[in-house]
Amino acid sequence: MAATFDVELRTVTKHFGSFTAVKDVSLGIRQGEFFSLLGPSGCGKTTNLRMIAGFELPTSGSILLGGKDVSQLPPFKRNVNTVFQNYALFPHLSVSDNVAFGLEMKGIDKAEIAKRVKETLEMVRLPDSGKKKPNQLSGGQRQRIALARAIVNRPQVLLLDEPLGALDLKLRKAMQLELKELQRQLAITFVFVTHDQEEALVMSDRIGVMDHGVLRQVGTPAAIYDRPADRFVADFIGDTNFLPCRVVDHRNGTAHVQVAGLTMSASSDQTLTDNSSAYLAIRPEKVQLYGPDTPHNPNEERFAGVIVETVFMGTDTRYVVELAEDIQIVVRQQNRNIASTRFALGQTVDVGWETVFARVLVS
Amino acid sequence: MTQRRKALLAFLLGPGAGWLLLFFLLPGALVIVYSILTRKDGGGVEWIVDFSSYVKLFSPTDGAVINDFMVIFARSLWWAALTSFVCLLIGYPLAYFIALQPAHVRSTYLFLVLIPFWTNFLVRTYAWKFILNNNGLLNTLLQDWGFERIAIINTPTAVLIGLVYGSLPFMVLPLYASIEKLDFDLVEAAQDLGANYLSVFRRIILPLTAPGIGAGIVLVFIPVTGQYIVPTILGGGKVAMLGNLLAQQFGPALNWPFGSAISVIFMVLLMAAVVFYLRSENRDGEAGL
Ligand SMILES: Nc1ncnc2c1ncn2[C@@H]1O[C@H](COP(=O)(O)OP(=O)(O)OP(=O)(O)O)[C@@H](O)[C@H]1O
Ligand SMILES: [Mg+2]
Repeated sequence: MAATFDVELRTVTKHFGSFTAVKDVSLGIRQGEFFSLLGPSGCGKTTNLRMIAGFELPTSGSILLGGKDVSQLPPFKRNVNTVFQNYALFPHLSVSDNVAFGLEMKGIDKAEIAKRVKETLEMVRLPDSGKKKPNQLSGGQRQRIALARAIVNRPQVLLLDEPLGALDLKLRKAMQLELKELQRQLAITFVFVTHDQEEALVMSDRIGVMDHGVLRQVGTPAAIYDRPADRFVADFIGDTNFLPCRVVDHRNGTAHVQVAGLTMSASSDQTLTDNSSAYLAIRPEKVQLYGPDTPHNPNEERFAGVIVETVFMGTDTRYVVELAEDIQIVVRQQNRNIASTRFALGQTVDVGWETVFARVLVS
Repeated sequence: MTQRRKALLAFLLGPGAGWLLLFFLLPGALVIVYSILTRKDGGGVEWIVDFSSYVKLFSPTDGAVINDFMVIFARSLWWAALTSFVCLLIGYPLAYFIALQPAHVRSTYLFLVLIPFWTNFLVRTYAWKFILNNNGLLNTLLQDWGFERIAIINTPTAVLIGLVYGSLPFMVLPLYASIEKLDFDLVEAAQDLGANYLSVFRRIILPLTAPGIGAGIVLVFIPVTGQYIVPTILGGGKVAMLGNLLAQQFGPALNWPFGSAISVIFMVLLMAAVVFYLRSENRDGEAGL
């Protein structure tokens, strides 16, 4: 069988004693893809990565690299390299020796090693640091050396466990772009672990969202953001309004729901049952505020409400609009012009959104 | 420095400095002084400066003494080296094993390692004599199981067993301390980079635990060179070591200056070795670790 995926997990489960850290995860990652595993702390991201690297063996299921089952192979027999969260640089070796370590283990000759170490140090933009010891480097520099030590081996897959976690915000943003650029140049498959949703959205080709050991959704950043598969994903990534509702009817992925007497249309990928309770999810920036007498857009539904809170946030303003008793919706409007800030507390307004952005989520 | 800070410093450093002075520098100085005094019949020294002890040690005309001394000296070093080596061989896996245990079990194991210290060393060495004797526990068991009896007491093997037994904790403790400090993420990182178990040990674990190995060797090597009890009890006096030579000079031979001179030479050599070791340690320390 041709290797369709560079990394493949087939119904992988991992128990630690009676605790299930990873539950029945199936996942295929394509060659050259920047794939992120995203989820809250303790959801099993690191465990997943460690199973791919070979530091943990799955309790059941199998792991394939380039189409070959490696589930039972020790780490040093897998063609993957890891950038550890704490970098794990060898303190007794110089930066050059750290970077050379993997090549030496492969028995590559000295001249070639020296050449590739030099190239790689240039690639991570630390060409003069070779003679230093890791403890003479700053956090950001260590991070680059950890990266260099891994990519110098040109692994089939590079695993990165929150590699930017210890950096300050500014450096972090810069490294995100650098890392992404490096990945594009090298065309190596990256599996990137993070609990920072923004980081995942910015960097990834695709994202896998995990929760309590379960892989909840896999998709492109846009797909995950705009069409969250369930309530957890909608809640974890970005901000979302959840309006409690009752399903009135549904057909071909579109549904009508009742929110406190208001009938709204929405889309859904989940299995719905008429008359059951659910949530209507809509992101604050997808909602538009209108003053009275604005012309109607046919793709939109509109509902009247009263502004009960406004917060000026610089680039935009956050409004809370009450649609009915106990039904409030958060709206974000960009402060594009003077007119954008014309809405005032207590004012009666219309809120509207394109129905494709409203999602019905049962769970 | 203000007056108060000076007083505080004296108060803090005082006890330690006093301890060193009383139990380390003073006895050492005494031995050096004794070594250049005149022998007194019936033990002790006459307070007349006399370098004849050193002359005797190194004079080629007094060949018998220097030869004897050199043989015993070399033997002491050899035994100390052998004991250190065997202790390292047994102690490293043991310390590694303990360091890998969950935290609450570790202290139990360390406690077990330390238990022998609760009994006097002399008593424990006699216990070994009863085990290794021709009619001792070992031979009784061997006989019961249908093996030949072995003559082990009063042989170098018996001495080695005794020395290793007595020194093992001094090897295990510093080794444990350095292995326990080892960051096991580094082991994973090395494996991740393609190092098999042997390479991980050689390239990562061994260099990073080298300080523990060095400390263990120093702690075992130096006391063993001066060992007196084990060679006497388990070696039957046949395998004389430096300690026995000294005991003889201060005891039956009643030549304190000569005994002191031997101690001084040995002290100087050991000190040179330790300084050399610490120097090389420091050099590593500066560069990293
Ligand atoms: N060796 C282990 N023994 C027992 N439980 C473990 C072990 N390793 C991980 N776990 C548990 O498995 C769960 C998942 O851990 P994991 O490290 O994969 O989380 P994570 O998603 O990487 O979290 P974080 O973002 O905090 O790094 C956690 O609840 C953790 O306590
Ligand atoms: Mg983690």
